[in-house]
Amino acid sequence: MPIEFRKEFFADERDDNLNEIGKPTQRQDMIGHVTGRSPFYDDHLFDGLLHIRCVRSPHHHARIRSIDVSQAERMPGVKRVILGKDVPHNLNTLLSLLDFGLDDEPLIAEKKVSYKGEPVAAIVADSERAARDAVAKVRVDWEVLPHVLDVEEAIKPNAPVVNETYPKNLFIYHNKYDHQKLRYGDVEAAFREADHIVEGRYQMSPIEQAPTETCGAIAAPENNNRFVCYTSTQALFFSLGTAAKLLELPSNRMHFIGGTVGGGFGGKVDSLHEPLAILGVILTGRPCKYMFDRAEEMQVGAPRGAERWYIKDGVMNDGRIIARQFTGYFDSGAYTRLSSYAIIKGVGHLPGPYTIPNVHANVYCVFTNRTPATAMRGFGITGVDFSIEAHMDKVAETVGMDPIELRILNSYRDGDMKAHRRLAKNTALVECCQVAAEKAKWRISDEARRQTSLMGGGGERAKLPAHTVTDELGRVEGFSSGSYAAKTSSQPNLAPAAASVSRPVQSQYQPEQYRPSSPASTETPRTPNPAPAPLAAPVPQPASQDNGARRPMRFSSISGLRRR
Amino acid sequence: MAKKPVQFHLNGEEKAAFVDDGQNLLELLRRGVGDLTPKYGCGQGTCGACTVMIDGKPHLSCITLAETVGGRKVETVGGLGHAGGLHPLQEAFMRNFAAQCGYCTPGMLMAAKALLDRNPRPTREEVVEAISGNICRCTGYEAIINSVLEAAGGQGAMAGRG
Repeated sequence: MPIEFRKEFFADERDDNLNEIGKPTQRQDMIGHVTGRSPFYDDHLFDGLLHIRCVRSPHHHARIRSIDVSQAERMPGVKRVILGKDVPHNLNTLLSLLDFGLDDEPLIAEKKVSYKGEPVAAIVADSERAARDAVAKVRVDWEVLPHVLDVEEAIKPNAPVVNETYPKNLFIYHNKYDHQKLRYGDVEAAFREADHIVEGRYQMSPIEQAPTETCGAIAAPENNNRFVCYTSTQALFFSLGTAAKLLELPSNRMHFIGGTVGGGFGGKVDSLHEPLAILGVILTGRPCKYMFDRAEEMQVGAPRGAERWYIKDGVMNDGRIIARQFTGYFDSGAYTRLSSYAIIKGVGHLPGPYTIPNVHANVYCVFTNRTPATAMRGFGITGVDFSIEAHMDKVAETVGMDPIELRILNSYRDGDMKAHRRLAKNTALVECCQVAAEKAKWRISDEARRQTSLMGGGGERAKLPAHTVTDELGRVEGFSSGSYAAKTSSQPNLAPAAASVSRPVQSQYQPEQYRPSSPASTETPRTPNPAPAPLAAPVPQPASQDNGARRPMRFSSISGLRRR
Repeated sequence: MAKKPVQFHLNGEEKAAFVDDGQNLLELLRRGVGDLTPKYGCGQGTCGACTVMIDGKPHLSCITLAETVGGRKVETVGGLGHAGGLHPLQEAFMRNFAAQCGYCTPGMLMAAKALLDRNPRPTREEVVEAISGNICRCTGYEAIINSVLEAAGGQGAMAGRG
């Protein structure tokens, strides 16, 4: 499909003398794909390969009174039954490798299950069929517990506790807050001045990743007392670190091979398969494959999480949005995985690509008895963007304005201060709206057509609000550990991340703690401080006001440096 | 469990293997005789990743009993093209970037080859029909459809471009 370059936009800023951009370049893996020889994890043959299949919970929420594996162990072809107690360190959270979040998820459940499909035992057998037959012979004595499947039900006072690590069913950020917050200006004051208040509620269901290749891994004994692991992972070193932690094995004893992924989209980062496949090898001495079948991929494979958003806007008669308030709930499912991190991305993105002088957001990561959610294509952003854009249409309808022109009017311009306290640069929403209108043959006014992203930004719009209303809403007590990695745990914590030093809780927000590489450090405004430290970094000067006469500076969006 | 001998042709070569009762052709090809080009996607005949040709017709190997291919001719992507050279379908898929993760590609190619073998000048609609049992989750189908039309050398290739 030919690419259309709109050279009229920002032409003077662009070097068109490019060697690669704009020309097709053959992918290095294409020859493997069209000859069927690209090495996916299941394309490795081993003599004596054993197959692992899990016994899974038929309940959303249940206590395990007992598990009887005696019959399963005697089934033909069964080499081993693996239970939670066989996992050396049977509690993990994916982002513990970044010291973000408390361990809250077992590899194999021991005491209770918190979502339908959660594994409670694993059968290792000669063939897949033998493993399936033995799975059917495992007897679990369940005590079914009340479950909760809705985010707002889950945070009511008497809701069932989904995840004992977080007894209020809310992820706790930095041991301190039960949500991520954004405070910028004063929305309540602006609501009082607004001509209209526009409110909306938006809801997305979980989305199945449905990779054509199901998630899995094959592990085998290797020379020098190591284990080789072929895996579908999208995050090889995440999977390696996770396996090292769960199995209490030094990572140099594991040789991970991946990179050929039969469709991932984000759903192949959770590293559930590699540790169990390697554990199978440790316990049997033979190569082991642990692979989801299609039904497991659909039921147990982690989806994009559901989100619910409430948006309240204060709008003037002329269409200017002067305040926007968000309340968001991410459905993390039964365990954390990546939802807490998705929220940090999402809150940094608010209020969308618009310049709104008063913004307020409380966003909660909620545990429910649903399949744990994980990464998927732009997770943390996609859901709230849907909500914002649906809400923009509602605002346009309320004030009787063309929806495209409403967006152009409110769109951020180069040099504007954003609610996360960074100056907007390289903005292009105005131009996108104009091209979208043109392509759709949608008539917009001459005034809207004359706008550019270089016009009208900066100046007063570059300033922080004179006053930002802050509060202590959502502060929690009882999370005393200063570092996630060094938290107290019922089991010894031998996580690689444990190398980071344990610190008292009071020091969490001190400047020397600031680590740009950790998602935790992208946390939104530090409430008591009107001019937080990150602003001290050199920032581009806002675009000059006299449009046309002097060319405003724009910046490369990757490095933040001037191009020439 | 009694094993049964099965003798068949795979990409022009004679193959023999023992199969279990109820074993599917995909297992036989991948584990039995080591042709890893057909892929497991769903195991229930809905995704098309395991598509192979049996006596010139496309079949879903994951729901074909292995013992039924005795004496028949099975073709997979492993036999597509000649020594050192690609089949026109493979070349067209490369030119058009008609694969992203590559997992559905072997099945797509065999569904397309089965079409071109019996209908060398298909219409766009016939191509769409021929690959309608093959699911691609990454790329979308336009590049694949265009590749098949281009490999057929028909005028349809250009007409099909959006």
